[in-house]
This record gives sequence, structure tokens and C-alpha cells, in this order.
Amino acid sequence: MKDSKLIAACEYNAPAWANQEGVLIALWTDATHAYALYQPARLVAVALVEGAYPALSPSRPGAAWFERLAHDLRGHVARGGTDARPAIEQFRAADGTAAWPVLPAPDGPGVHQVALGPVHGGVTEPAHFRFSVIGELVVKLEMRLGYSHRGILGLIRGKSARLAARFAARVAGDSTVAHSLAFAQAAEAALGIAPPPRAVQLRAIMAELERCANHAGDCGAIAEAAGFGLGAAGFARQREALCAAAGAAFGHRLMMDAVIPGGVAEDLREGGAEVLKDALDTLTAELPGLRRMMESDAGLADRLNGAGLISPALAVAFGAGGIVGRASGQRADARISPGYAPYTGMEVKVPVTAEGDHAARLLLRLAELEISAGLIRGFLQTLPDGPIALPPPAGSGAGLGVAESCRGPVWVWLTINAGLIEDVFIADPSARLWPLLEIAAAGGDLAEFPLLACSINASPAGVDL
Amino acid sequence: MAWRRLIRHLVSAPAAGAAAADPGAVAAMAERLRSAGMRRLGRSLAILHVAAGSCGGCELELRATGNLIHDLGQYGLSFAASPRHADVLLITGVAGRNMLEAVREARAAMPDPVFVIALGDCAVDGGVFKGAAANIGGADRILPVDLMIPGCPPDPARIIEALLAVLAAHDGV
Repeated sequence: MKDSKLIAACEYNAPAWANQEGVLIALWTDATHAYALYQPARLVAVALVEGAYPALSPSRPGAAWFERLAHDLRGHVARGGTDARPAIEQFRAADGTAAWPVLPAPDGPGVHQVALGPVHGGVTEPAHFRFSVIGELVVKLEMRLGYSHRGILGLIRGKSARLAARFAARVAGDSTVAHSLAFAQAAEAALGIAPPPRAVQLRAIMAELERCANHAGDCGAIAEAAGFGLGAAGFARQREALCAAAGAAFGHRLMMDAVIPGGVAEDLREGGAEVLKDALDTLTAELPGLRRMMESDAGLADRLNGAGLISPALAVAFGAGGIVGRASGQRADARISPGYAPYTGMEVKVPVTAEGDHAARLLLRLAELEISAGLIRGFLQTLPDGPIALPPPAGSGAGLGVAESCRGPVWVWLTINAGLIEDVFIADPSARLWPLLEIAAAGGDLAEFPLLACSINASPAGVDL
Repeated sequence: MAWRRLIRHLVSAPAAGAAAADPGAVAAMAERLRSAGMRRLGRSLAILHVAAGSCGGCELELRATGNLIHDLGQYGLSFAASPRHADVLLITGVAGRNMLEAVREARAAMPDPVFVIALGDCAVDGGVFKGAAANIGGADRILPVDLMIPGCPPDPARIIEALLAVLAAHDGV
């Protein structure tokens, strides 16, 4: 059986399970074991005893979500866990009905509740937020997720890597490239194959393009939530231009199904490189003006500076990655550590700050927009010739794969038996952002919540699976 | 200066050519609306969007219809914040079991008549997620659907074209 290096180094014992240092990235179970993944890529496992394993949540609050999810998906119990509430299970009857969930308000004079979702007042994904408020002050936020549960992990099991890639590409539509890439790298690690160099570089171009489009979209969403329409329109236009360029260069505006196990599905289209360069030139030419506009507006500054604070300690406790982590002093970026091709050996700039407020997250997104645009230009210049994919063999093995999305690292773990996927777990970075949102919302103003949600931008679909 | 940009945007020509509806689709829908005894609602329609089990891709493209390039508002279409103010129920995603109740309740809260639109392959027939226990297929498994807009996801121009068919058909009633 072939195993990736990361899997081969996995420690299978109870003392190792309990005594790990560092930031927890994910926790999941299969039929026989519980697995915990730590930064940058350390895997530890412990055998299940009567369907249970020792909980990690007492010392690591970020583990709680994964323990709840493991119970929903497999019924496995985290012994001594801090939180036994369901994660995505809603206990619905055959006709879809269920009792209105009791999400208790804290005791105290004047506390009442405000319910928001799953049907929202705009074009957005479903989630239910229950605010316990005193006047306008949020004293507690409790969420209910799972509304976008489609049954993805079950659909992946029993299929070949190539067939299953269609589901991995649709875990979270906005990070479809990152999810496809993490899935492909996990499958390739399990089967012991390496995609051709041209495919590796095309994947990186797509991943950075997706990062640019998402960061532009997020900057626009932040401006919109803060009531700054001009900024919202400006960034939405940038996002549109990038999506249109992706469509012209790769045949799909979101580049869905473009990354497949073994390589990429389609080569860069004729004239695609020029279209991408033009779009990036427009972006980098207009970014300074957009940035000035955002920075010089006093009303916007008032909404963003010092608001929505996430302390470095909180970011560590929940293992926040991506923009949210890096705006709160966490240096982690999966492109550098553990690193994957073509970034290994390259100097990739990763801006970090410790301010932890909305303004810091906005500025980091703006900075990364510029850096990613530069990366794409470089990749286009040095794009090697050659094949774009090789067929995955019908082998067996276990593999871990990672790709840095706009929210942080997407991790995929899978086992393949005679070419068919036996078991799989997909950890979207949002799993570590939602609990953080609950905490960050408490103590703030109810009317500020949309801005906080946009600034953190966790994906419901990514965790609902 | 911000106001200068604003004025420039207000007086300049639209960035893209105006989209037009497919005449065949218009005729078919107008017939359906007439046979359903649909009343005239006026020239503009408000849309309530409900994601019933989606990856978020359709939402991105739906949101993109409102940007400066596609500018959905120029056709008299807008998104409503409340089902009470909406004429169109636009569903994205598969009919996830966890959203069945919410979709039905959103429909019940809308004043009649209501157009129901299924947007994206998942809402059309379940798309790639068809067959999983967590969902029951397309939007028509929850409610009768008047218009299907396939694609994974359909691009903004295609979405607008399809929505214009609703407006045009509605005009002909």
C-alpha cells in the first residue's frame, strides 16, 4: 500500500494523541481511528474504543466543532468533550420539518433574542444566527449550521478519484479551485503520482486567480456592509473582470472542474495568457486608487478601525488561518508550510499584522491581491510546455492534500482501495472561523454583525458538506 | 474625488450592451402565465432568493448580476429583503432536507401570484448531488417551478436573459 509521507509519519498511540503542541487544524474519524492534524502537517491517530476517543476540546477550543461533526457523521463520541451539540445534524422528519431549535439566552434582566436566517434578506448562503441582545448589545451569538448539507462525503465514497473530483469541486463554490487542488493532491499522494510540470503551474495560476477574485469580492462586501457603496461597486467590478478573464482563459468563470487528479482538465485557451495579463494590468492599475478611496473615507475608517477585534490568542485557540489568522499575527500559509509545488523553493510574500480589526483584514486582502497578481504574471512567463494531465492508476493508498484558499488551508484526507475512494474527510478553513465569529460577535453591536460576517467571511457550504 | 466618479458613472453609457430575452422562452412562459390566470403586477419584479442546499457558486453569479457591468436594476428587477415584498421566488441549490421547511415557509409568506424560478443545475434536477440521502433532488420536488435556468453555475448574462423572459412574458399577459 502506498502512503504519502505525511501519512507515513502518522503516530498511532494514545500518549501522542494527548500530548501534542501547536495549532490544531482538523479532527475526524474513520471506522477504526480518530485523527488529529496539527500545523504545519503533523498527523496523530488513536484507536477508537467502543466508538469513542479522548476529546481534545478541553485544551483546544477549536477541536469542539470537529468533535461535534464526527458525532453527526459517524456517531463517534469525544470522551470528555466540552460541547455535545450537533454541528450540521438538524434531526428533521421525512417531510423536512423539525422543532424550532432551542438556543437558550443567557440569564439576566432585559435579555431578548433576535433570530436571523436561514432565509436572508439578500443573495447569500443559509445559516441561522440567534442573537441574545440587551437593546442593541449582543451578549451571545449561537449559530445553527447544516442548512447546505448535501451529503458530499457519502457521494465521494466508492467513486474513482476523477469522478469524485466533481463533488470536491462543489464543497464551497467560491473556493472551488482550492478544494479541487487539495483533493487532487491528496489523491495523487495516495496513488504515488506527480502531475506534469505544466499542470502544476496552471493549477497555481488558477488558484491565485481565484484568490484575487475572492479578495476583490470580499473587499467589496466589506465596503457594502459598511455602507460605502462606491467602494462596493468598484471592487465588484474588479471581481467581475477577473471572473470574465478566468472564463476566457480556462472556459469557466469560477474555474470549476478545471483541476482534476493527475493534472488539469483543459489547457490555457488560445489568447488566454493575454486576457489574464490584461485583466491583471487593469487590476494593479486601479488598485491604488481603490485603496486611496477606501483609506481616505472618514466614515468608512470609523466603521473599520479598531472594530471586530480578534486577538492573536483567540486566533491561536481556534487555529484561524488565512486572512483572519494573518490579520491576528498568525504567520501560517500552507503554500509555504508544509508547502507544495510550485511554491516550494519560491519566495512567496505573506503579509502579516497583529491588529486583528476589520481594517487589518481589509488591508491584508488588498496586499494579497497585488502579490497574487504578481505571482500569476511570473507563472505565465515561466509556463513550461508539455502534457497537462496523466491518468490516475487504479492503485491503493492513503493521502493528505492541502491547498491555501482565500480563507486559509483546505485539507483533504482520503484512502483509496483498488482505484476507488474508501474514505474521505474534507476540512474547509471555515470550520475554524465559525466558532470565532460566535465569540467575536458577542460584546458588539447587533447592527455591526453584517460587517463582521463579511470581514471574517466563513463559508456555510464549506462546513455543511 | 468620489463625487466626480459618481457623476461620470451616471452620465456615461452602460458598460455592456443591453441584454435581450429569448423570444421562444417568452412566448412559452406568457402562455403558461395566461393559462394560470396570472394578474399583471406592473413593470418591475422583486426577487426573493433562497439557497436550498448550494455550494455558493450560483450565489456568486447571482450577486454578479447586480454589479456595474451587468446591472440587473436597469431592467426593473431587484432583490427583496422580505418575502412579503417579493414577486419571484428564486431557488438555488438542491432541495436539501434541512431547507425544505424554510423554502415552503418562504413561499407561504409571499403574496400571490408568485413566480418560482430554479437557478442552476442543482435546483433544476439535483445536479451532481442527485441521489444523496441529504437531499430530495431539484426545486420542483418542493414546489411547482415556472422557469428553470440551467448551468453550473449559469453566468450572469445568462441569468439576466432568463429573468428578462419572465418580465417580457409578464408584459404580454
